[in-house]
Amino acid sequence: MIKTQERIIEKLLLISALFTILTTVLIIIVLSYEAVIFFSDVSIIDFFTDTQWTPLFDEKHFGILPLLTGTLMTTLVAMSIALPVGLSIAIYLNEYSNKRFRAIVKPALELLAAVPTVIYGFFALVIVTPFLQMFIPNLAGFSSLSAGIVMGIMIIPYVSSLSEDALFAVPKSLREAAYGMGSTRFQTVFKVTLPAASSGVIVAVILAISRAIGETMIVAIAAGQQPRLTLNPLVPIETITAYIVQVSLGDVPHNSLEYRTIFAAGITLFVFTFILNNISFWLRKKYREKYD
Amino acid sequence: MKENKKDNTESEIPYLITVQNLNAFYSDFQALKNINLNIKPFTVMAFIGPSGCGKSTLIRIFNRMNDYIDGFRIEGNVIISGEDIYSKTVHTENLRKQVGMVFQKPNPFPKSIFDNVAYGLKIQGIKDKKFIEERVEKSLKQVVLWDEVKDNLKKNAYGLSGGQQQRLCIARTLAVEPSIVLMDEPTSALDPISTAKIEDLIFELKNKYTIVIVTHNMQQAARISDQTAFFYLGEMIEVGKTQQIFTNPKQKRTENYISGHFG
Repeated sequence: MIKTQERIIEKLLLISALFTILTTVLIIIVLSYEAVIFFSDVSIIDFFTDTQWTPLFDEKHFGILPLLTGTLMTTLVAMSIALPVGLSIAIYLNEYSNKRFRAIVKPALELLAAVPTVIYGFFALVIVTPFLQMFIPNLAGFSSLSAGIVMGIMIIPYVSSLSEDALFAVPKSLREAAYGMGSTRFQTVFKVTLPAASSGVIVAVILAISRAIGETMIVAIAAGQQPRLTLNPLVPIETITAYIVQVSLGDVPHNSLEYRTIFAAGITLFVFTFILNNISFWLRKKYREKYD
Repeated sequence: MKENKKDNTESEIPYLITVQNLNAFYSDFQALKNINLNIKPFTVMAFIGPSGCGKSTLIRIFNRMNDYIDGFRIEGNVIISGEDIYSKTVHTENLRKQVGMVFQKPNPFPKSIFDNVAYGLKIQGIKDKKFIEERVEKSLKQVVLWDEVKDNLKKNAYGLSGGQQQRLCIARTLAVEPSIVLMDEPTSALDPISTAKIEDLIFELKNKYTIVIVTHNMQQAARISDQTAFFYLGEMIEVGKTQQIFTNPKQKRTENYISGHFG
């Protein structure tokens, strides 16, 4: 009796595991299938070299570059906020603060990740952009700058939490060695602890980048819907994710070429985040063996 | 090391380390009780005693390594080279350059062999490459590791064996030329051959350095030290010449411990 029960539970657990894998596989199949049809109409070379993305206009261009630069711009702005701030927080919590402060601040930080991204989005639009316009008068109403800044704030906990874990994993004996040699706290952190935790910090950064690339709501609301090839953070742009939202919610007829662009854009996005996640997975595995 | 003026009064005997009426506490727990101890320069002092007797606490007081433990405090004086090391004017960084430490488990930095030994010089702001190279070579020769690693100085120190790593850690400590080297059970994680090499090394080093060593290994204390102090439950029961402690202890508790009746 107990044996059959055990066996049923085991099978149920197995099914749920398989279900997840199946979902992923199906997503990849659907994405690839639609993308293959798309690329039979549009040359893949044009897709990666054309500098215009105007599938919804009369004169159609299918160059993904403007969407890619849009995505990379918001990600870059976000990381230039999240990396220094997140890393500083991690270093402070791990090496300087007392235990009580850490016990309060750490969960509070993780609350940042719990704020719905739509709130961050309109926060960027109605508060951050007008505020920045006081200093940068030619900042447009939609821009990669304000969307990126707010996205950066959102991913701070990703960087700080994972970096802190990496710093925490550095054995106490290494810190003792550094202090024992007459290092100051600052020297201990920057010459010993941080280098020893570097691979874990890199993992944190890659995962944060991957999160930033995939983030949709903030950029859809605050970065604009104007695909353009530019490195200027002050003007409206469009990211891959924002474009997919635009078409999914718009009145583009299903099974048209215009409709399939979202699968082509989607698979580009998927490939990017897939590669980044794999790099971080590989790094994490390598780094886990290090102190054993 | 400051030179002590030779007065005619007896109190001016040039001890390198002097401990006076020392009590140490971890919050409410008293780890050391009224310790008085003098250590002469260029000798090896061994601390023995069962686990939890306070010997590690005491050795870590000499370079203020206990400062990082919440709730730790001391009463009394610890004077090294004529200076009270717990006075407010003392910088722990400077103290630790003079009082080096070798730990229980080999703990090289995850850096190259060269960078490990050069670390102490580099954090002192020394940039002269030739000077650093010479000092690294000298230190590695002192610990008899040079011939084993001279062709692999750029390799990561984690590739060395445990015994080699521990000798590297000693070289790292010697590179900044401290006057005192503290060793907290330096061979407890090593095999007998590596242990013998470290013991030979300690014997050599006492010509140039003053060494304080904590050990659980009684034979080790007997082999390498000039003076031995026996600790029990936070008290220093007996201190004296190593030979006297091991052959003719004055205290019953010392005798019982040494002969293996407890601990």
